[in-house]
Amino acid sequence: MSTIIYRHEFRTHIKSVVIWSLSVTALVFVFFSFFPVFAEQAALMNQMLAKFPKELLLAFGMGSMDYSKVLGFMTFYFLFIQLCLAIQAGNYGFGLVSIEENELTADFLLTKPVSRPQILTGKLLAAVSSLLITDLVFWISSFIAISIFRDGRAYDLSTLLLLLCSVLIFQLFFLSVGLVISLLVKRIRSVIPYSLGLAFGAYAINAFSGVFGDVKLELITPYKHFDPAYIVSHASYDTPLVLFDIAIILVSLAASYWLYIRRDIQAIS
Amino acid sequence: MSVIEVTNLTKYYGKSRGIVDVSFKVEEGEIFGFIGPNGAGKSTTIRLLLSLIHPTSGCAKVFDKDVVTRGPEIRRDIGYLPSEVFYYEGMKVLDLLKYSASFYDCDCMQRISELSEIMELELNRRISDLSYGNKKKVGIVQGLLHSPKLLFLDEPTSGLDPLMQRKFFDLIRKENARGVTVFFSSHILGEVQRMCSRVGIIREGSIVEISNIHSLQQNNYKKVSVTADGLNSDFFELPGVTNLQTENGTVHFFFKGNINDVLQKLSSVQVTDASIEEPTLEEIFMHYYE
Repeated sequence: MSTIIYRHEFRTHIKSVVIWSLSVTALVFVFFSFFPVFAEQAALMNQMLAKFPKELLLAFGMGSMDYSKVLGFMTFYFLFIQLCLAIQAGNYGFGLVSIEENELTADFLLTKPVSRPQILTGKLLAAVSSLLITDLVFWISSFIAISIFRDGRAYDLSTLLLLLCSVLIFQLFFLSVGLVISLLVKRIRSVIPYSLGLAFGAYAINAFSGVFGDVKLELITPYKHFDPAYIVSHASYDTPLVLFDIAIILVSLAASYWLYIRRDIQAIS
Repeated sequence: MSVIEVTNLTKYYGKSRGIVDVSFKVEEGEIFGFIGPNGAGKSTTIRLLLSLIHPTSGCAKVFDKDVVTRGPEIRRDIGYLPSEVFYYEGMKVLDLLKYSASFYDCDCMQRISELSEIMELELNRRISDLSYGNKKKVGIVQGLLHSPKLLFLDEPTSGLDPLMQRKFFDLIRKENARGVTVFFSSHILGEVQRMCSRVGIIREGSIVEISNIHSLQQNNYKKVSVTADGLNSDFFELPGVTNLQTENGTVHFFFKGNINDVLQKLSSVQVTDASIEEPTLEEIFMHYYE
């Protein structure tokens, strides 16, 4: 039963997957095309960056990296990729059940002989596949961009893989948290404000972490959990934070099932 | 065996009332009318039976299975036509019907083409291009394509032209003749009167009356109008008389009780015209709501 829903859901995602994949690919290529210039004039670049206030550089995740290296340069634009992927995943998460309820097709689906866990599973798997396809496109285009623009500069393949793979868990975070929030509120009229809010909100908490003083609020955001600068400079994940991230995902998913099974599907009034 | 058995079912949406303490049974093979004005709780009851919403208290069984715990099983044999139909706008009619059919273990293509021929539904159009009435037809085909044993119709005729309404009712009667039980919710009393054997009347979330439609009409009050010379409204001051109105020398009233009392009164005056009728369902209904 889930497979019927999976197929239907996946078809509704196809267009958005294509658009997001193309956007991410374009971002990768546009940024990487600057890499040769950056690398050649690294000294000049570092000089210029040194003139910016340190807080500003930290907010954009810059400052500690050497942009003349392949991976160092990647951390420079990785944030923009993360933002895109966060918005995409948030869109799917917030829209997973709320779109049907808004467009009132939920009545159709839920009066079919399927259980609610089956419905949610079908929908989740379809969303995860869609995200995975986008990530795959991102991974492939990253490799192609690197091989075109690196100009013989070496990089550590395993660190690159760590960096690239992080986006999948990163997206699952926004998918599952978006889903659970959408089930906690009574009705979501439009998905975009929520997904933009979550993506940029989580980013802002990380970027301006200094503002909160001693409260380490940034620890809850996946931008911190998968800080590209950390991954590249340590050649590994910040394991406790990644585990914490996965824990949030699992708790959100469990809560989503619990809430969805008990949810009242409102009629139009 | 009762197909639907509802016991003390109560639903509150937060603090606002849905239905309170509703109990009734629907027997196999009958067309049960469920009537009440907007907001009385008709849709709430149906949505509870379909487990779209969950009861606050009480219990409901369909095919002798609890709706909360065994919903998916129950829904295998249920067809539902909502009062307002909404489908995936980007899909074509045929794709939607196929999607719907894929949830049931049957080859429904034959049935889809049969039903859409009867309802004059074009299968190749996009849902988003359909008028309201045509969407309703999609709903009808969609609700019947898997040959369900129990049909929930929630104000089914809105948006259908009279010709289509008739075809629709013929279709429902044919289904019923095959043994399909029908739960028919409506506020259009004429159609309930034509279709149903029993009715339940719901008001402000509670059932006020459940009875056979004929006994409802017979055991209820009679509608009396009398035209006679020199008649004034005081003349019919009898116990059991209500809604007394005088209009152009004709007196109309409702009477509940021994009809001979009225006949005796009548014999004492020179009557030009008189009629004693059974009230229509509509009048009974209005009576319950006053």
